[in-house]
Amino acid sequence: MQFRKSWIMTLALTSVVALAACGNNTTTNNGGNNGAATNAPTEASSGADISGSILASGSTALQPLVEQVAEKFMETNTGVDIQVQGGGSGTGLTQVAEKQVDIGNSDVFAEEKLKDADADKAAALVDHQVAVVGISTVTHPETGVDGLTKQQLVDIFTGKVTNWKEVGGADQKIQIINRPGSSGTRATYESFALGMKTEDLQGSIQEDSSGTVKKMIGETPGAIGYLGLSYLDDSVKAISYDGVEPSVDNVISGKYPVWAYEHMYTNGEPNETVKAFLDYFMTDEVQTGDVVELGYIPASKMQVSRDLEGNVTTK
Amino acid sequence: MRGKLKQSRFEKHHIEDFIGRSYMSFCVLLLVVIIISMVYFVASKGVSTFISGDVTVSQFLFGTKWSPEAETPSFGAFPFIAGSFLVTFLAALIASPLSICAALFMTEIVPGWGKKLLQPVIELLSGIPSVVYGFIGLSVIVPFLRNTFPGQGIGVAAGALVLSVMILPTITSVAADALSSLPQNLKESSFALGATRWQTISRVIIPTTLPAIMTGVVLGMARAFGEALAVQMVIGNAPFIPRSLFESASTLTSVITLGMGNTTMGSAHNNALWSMALVLMLMTFVFIFLVRLLERRNKI
Repeated sequence: MQFRKSWIMTLALTSVVALAACGNNTTTNNGGNNGAATNAPTEASSGADISGSILASGSTALQPLVEQVAEKFMETNTGVDIQVQGGGSGTGLTQVAEKQVDIGNSDVFAEEKLKDADADKAAALVDHQVAVVGISTVTHPETGVDGLTKQQLVDIFTGKVTNWKEVGGADQKIQIINRPGSSGTRATYESFALGMKTEDLQGSIQEDSSGTVKKMIGETPGAIGYLGLSYLDDSVKAISYDGVEPSVDNVISGKYPVWAYEHMYTNGEPNETVKAFLDYFMTDEVQTGDVVELGYIPASKMQVSRDLEGNVTTK
Repeated sequence: MRGKLKQSRFEKHHIEDFIGRSYMSFCVLLLVVIIISMVYFVASKGVSTFISGDVTVSQFLFGTKWSPEAETPSFGAFPFIAGSFLVTFLAALIASPLSICAALFMTEIVPGWGKKLLQPVIELLSGIPSVVYGFIGLSVIVPFLRNTFPGQGIGVAAGALVLSVMILPTITSVAADALSSLPQNLKESSFALGATRWQTISRVIIPTTLPAIMTGVVLGMARAFGEALAVQMVIGNAPFIPRSLFESASTLTSVITLGMGNTTMGSAHNNALWSMALVLMLMTFVFIFLVRLLERRNKI
């Protein structure tokens, strides 16, 4: 009996200690990171290998790429510890603006999210555009439509056109599969494919992840939505936009306009460790290797560039 | 020698007692601090929407237009509050009879192997992660509804069906506990009066344990009200009050999970999401209050 009691006691105690340790861990981790970030330049400038720790958070669309590149970077730079968290673009931007993380990953320009009272926070952030994502209009395979014009898309997404036969397809009701209003992908699609913000329509469907969106479009008759180019496969049909095929080459040459940068923001100029990591991102090895491999488009290959206002210029 | 031994044992006992007591007080204190700080956190973030003057409470609670990212944003959360209540009540309506029958089966009809068979199955149901329920809902329930009923399958009905399976174990286990703790002599006297098993169950057992069973139902509803992931996957998340059971709708939780990561802290949109979290928390209090009320009735 006594044995059992003390045993339970030990178990309970350990769990509390573990819990307490967990709590401590997160706080010291954040603090430690900031400390390491400020210490890193002195260590690196003394000629030794780069070391320190980097904490990145934000966009789930960019997360797999950053994770893969971080792992490679840590293999060659054993003194560096990089942690990548998700959370969404808004979270990444908030955390990097408040210096809780070293890098904030975002699908959209910081100025688009940090507005009004937070505008000065956005001004302090430094943008590093590491990749480009092309977004294609996608339909269920049996809608009978191969391409749509900008005006037709606007009519569909504003609810003016509700049947595929009105745009030259089968006699079938159009089902919109949207992303939530705060999504970066939706913002990109609205500004560059539709040219306007749209309201949610009664009966439209909103799904948060690209995987679910693809599943829904592939299974729902008459469905239309939009997906990153890396998600496309035979289960859904990518249709052309104003006669231009959504393809990597067309995005690179600037013919296909629906694309967005993937940003990695730092608060002020990055320290040596973070800079080394971001520089490594832009090397040919990563840009033509991991970036392409994971379905993104290398930012370094782009023949056009675009600013915050959406003005496209040829490089 | 003997007295000394007794003395030391006595002291050891005291020390153990002291350690145990301080450890327990520490745990209780920690719990209280955590709860208070969570309530404070959600409440303080939740009311900031109203303090900043973006929206009034009544606009927020009864407004039906939700477009936080528009040029002139409007924050009407009524469609989500309605959606949450709708799926919760529907889920309870589907799950309660099933759960009560399962509990009766386990305790009254075949207490031996019935319980041995059902108990692990029900425990298994409560252990399955909600994302799995969501995925099953998306792959099985949604196509089924799409092929059987008008509409796209996604909507309130799919959400309620997924939720009803998720709250089944909660209601069943509470109901089974209540039924098995029923004094044996009540049943025996009923049988002695010549009542059949069905008469005993419907006239004696169910009426006596009803408050306890209702506790289970309310607990299940509390779980359904707070469930986010599985519902979010199958309900469609359009910010409107649905016109039919097979039309896309939203719940408070689905809107919070969809928007929280993509909005920046302190923005009006983000604050409005926290206000919804506050509504959810207040609803949890209401559910707990109901359970307390039922428990009090149960004692009499």
